[in-house]
Amino acid sequence: MTVVEDRPATADAPPPRRVNPLWALLRNSWRQLTSMRTALILLFLLAVAAVPGSIFPQRSVNRENVAEYFAAHPKLAPAIDRAFAFDVYSSPWFAAIYLLLFTSLIGCVLPRLRDHIRALRTVPPEAPKRMGRLPQHADGLESAQPAGETAVRVAATLRRKWFRVRVREQEDGSWTVSGEKGYLKETGNLLFHVALLSVLVGVGFGHWYGWHGNRLLVTGADQGFCNSLTQFDDVSLGPQVDASDLPNFCLKLTKFDATYQSTGQPKSYDATVAVSQNGGASESRSFTVNDPLRLDDANIHLLGQGYAPELKYTDRYGVSQTKVVPFLPVDGMLTSEGVAQFPDVNIDPKTNKRDDKLQMGFEGVFLPTGPTDGTARSEFPELNNPVLYLTAYQGDLGLDVGIPGSVYSLDRGQIDTGALKKIGGDRPYALKQGEKVTLEDGTTLEFVGVRQFATLSIRYDPTQFMLLIGAVLGLIGLMLSLSGHRRRVWFRVVPTAGDDARSSVIEAGGLPRTDYPGFGDEFTSLTRSLKEGTP
Amino acid sequence: MAELSNQLMAFTVFAYLIAMICYAGEYAFGKRSVIGKAASRQLVGAGAPVIKQPTAPDGPVKPGRGEWSGRIAVAFTLLGFVLHLGTTVTRGLAAERMPWGNMYEYILSASLVGAAVWVGVLLRKPNLRHLGLFASLSLVVLLGAASLVAYTPVGPLVPALNSYWFIFHVSTIIISSGIFLIGAVPAAMFLIKNGYDEGKRSFPYTLAKRWPDAGALERLTFRLHAFAFPLFTFGALIAGPLWAEASWGRYWGWDPKEVWAFISWIVYAAYLHARATPSVKRTVATWIALLGFVTMLMNLFGVNLFFEGLHSYANAGD
Ligand code: HEM
Repeated sequence: MTVVEDRPATADAPPPRRVNPLWALLRNSWRQLTSMRTALILLFLLAVAAVPGSIFPQRSVNRENVAEYFAAHPKLAPAIDRAFAFDVYSSPWFAAIYLLLFTSLIGCVLPRLRDHIRALRTVPPEAPKRMGRLPQHADGLESAQPAGETAVRVAATLRRKWFRVRVREQEDGSWTVSGEKGYLKETGNLLFHVALLSVLVGVGFGHWYGWHGNRLLVTGADQGFCNSLTQFDDVSLGPQVDASDLPNFCLKLTKFDATYQSTGQPKSYDATVAVSQNGGASESRSFTVNDPLRLDDANIHLLGQGYAPELKYTDRYGVSQTKVVPFLPVDGMLTSEGVAQFPDVNIDPKTNKRDDKLQMGFEGVFLPTGPTDGTARSEFPELNNPVLYLTAYQGDLGLDVGIPGSVYSLDRGQIDTGALKKIGGDRPYALKQGEKVTLEDGTTLEFVGVRQFATLSIRYDPTQFMLLIGAVLGLIGLMLSLSGHRRRVWFRVVPTAGDDARSSVIEAGGLPRTDYPGFGDEFTSLTRSLKEGTP
Repeated sequence: MAELSNQLMAFTVFAYLIAMICYAGEYAFGKRSVIGKAASRQLVGAGAPVIKQPTAPDGPVKPGRGEWSGRIAVAFTLLGFVLHLGTTVTRGLAAERMPWGNMYEYILSASLVGAAVWVGVLLRKPNLRHLGLFASLSLVVLLGAASLVAYTPVGPLVPALNSYWFIFHVSTIIISSGIFLIGAVPAAMFLIKNGYDEGKRSFPYTLAKRWPDAGALERLTFRLHAFAFPLFTFGALIAGPLWAEASWGRYWGWDPKEVWAFISWIVYAAYLHARATPSVKRTVATWIALLGFVTMLMNLFGVNLFFEGLHSYANAGD
């Protein structure tokens, strides 16, 4: 009924502004999103969402661990992989949470920024009528000066204490002084949140425009490396980076020094390289674990080290090949595992055809300090008594199939099918440096020497320095925000009655605008200083 | 020197343990209330023998047994702190470096900071002595866990830890985690006291009878956290990444330690937000602070024990 009755009334009056329901929904959602409660919930969600990344191995951290996890849980792994369990920090749901938080933060900070700028420009408000109601109050402070002069003196005292001050003369001849302080708290808080935003943006840009790759580099002039995609062991370019954008430099590892404690714990690593940038002359530079080599548009970090035995195989036609093969350390004493593969050997010079059944592979361990007790574990990481234990395999190494296999072990599939056969019995050959073994087919393998290798991580992140500045500004803002307190004080100076207005009485009140237990003390000392300042 | 450090460690735990028992005795015997004394005597058990001390020879008012127990507890706290300091210093001397190269040393140093904060609180606000039972309990548990689960023989730093950023990074994190850890004490006490004030009379609320005012506990909680938060921000999110950049080449890589530092940081930020929001109750905010405490523990113990990461000092006991 009411609807019907209302109709005529609205008919001639201008129709009330109908709120578009979609608009209302959007506006309400925006308000919800930018509320503190939502911010809290999103913060919690972000914390919870980060947890799985520490439980499951992450591709971005360690690919091998993910592969191991797949091998250990063949059923579970693919299922949780679909939920991005191995790429938590680049997953859509993680992104959804931080993008929402990001939006909420913008929606929260912009209005506060506007309000704060406005607050910075408005004068402290007039004193309340009844100051006795304020949390802090003092009455009857006497001043031997007339009201106007007293007010000026009070204002000067406040200004000295970094208050923003406004003095007002009232119609009844009294004066009021309003002071406000603690704007830095909000300034700091906004600085912190804006810095947080800039850091998030910076991280995104760094991801887009940065790149990084890894490379294992063996000492020696024949093992040099130039910065191009194919020469990395693995590399990942940001979405905005093209292979041609990589800076142009070449590296040779000329020297690698490692020192150890008597327990075998490493003390220091030191790498010396010959580096030439943009085709320029080569110069010698050193770097260590915590002190990367910083080139023009790339930093080279020393991550680890190991040994690469040099092996010379002489085939049945008397042709020799020498290879330097890095063996990967498996323990702290640098017991290392690896494989030397010689696919292009035993080629009959008459036909010049390769016989796939006669390819050679050697697999085993390298011990920098071979033990006296015959175990296959190194006793010390230095080259005190280098020993190689190798098992020889002959047959098809399976390198031509096109599946990129590990360069640190033989293709198990080829061994299982019998395409690759162990030769020379069950015991591995033990070789000391300079020694040579003759295999049962008359070919020989010589352990020529050992070189060091370094594992390098080569990176470029264009926003790194900006991020540091953002983070430091944010920290400054945070400290201001946490240590500051907004408060207002007011003073009303009334001429003393019947004294020809030659003296006056001050009433004071104070209001802390944020939780501030020390305000009482500050207020007391302020009023005391006014009293003491009386001439 | 390493031997000495280990022996001092045992004495430290012992001193804190006695302090804890005496604090418990103070609860049991109370200051004034005879009824409280009678009612809570059964709770003490282990504390009883220590409390049989001669009454005060000085002072105008004859302090009761509870008071005496409390004073002895403070004395043992101070003794424990000195021993704790000694343990840490001798450990550093034995290793010829700062004593924070592995998890055992890390906990040793972090809890030393916690103990220092607690001693500072004790000296400046003697009436907060009631927090002592919880403070010493935390210290005993932390140090006990460090020696039992995480003990590592003295050794040098691996090359990756050999950096001055490491010193900034670890020292600030140790100090801030120490303060966060001790900050959980007033937080828990505030919640209990608040429950008591609301009329709850079951255990553990009954403990809160003679505790300081709930508001004071809550403010102390906030001030400790507000102090530790920027320090933690610096240590975990500025110095840490700086060092990681120099050492591993990337400033942030979601290593399990980094993940949990991030989580703790977010949770403590949520606490600060919740406390600054008038519509969120102070008890809710304080629960968030305690959640932060749990995430810190997870980072101290859980991550070191369960996950494999780049942080070489994270490997417990090897
Ligand atoms: C990325 C997530 C965020 C982090 C890590 C963060 C961190 C912080 C920290 C540490 C404080 C404490 C400073 C203080 O108490 O003065 C703070 C205060 C504050 N934050 Fe955030 N913040 C975030 C997002 C947000 C969002 C989305 C909003 C808006 C809804 C917001 C609004 C506020 C406000 C209003 C304060 C001031 C509280 C006060 O009056 O003291 N923050 N923030």
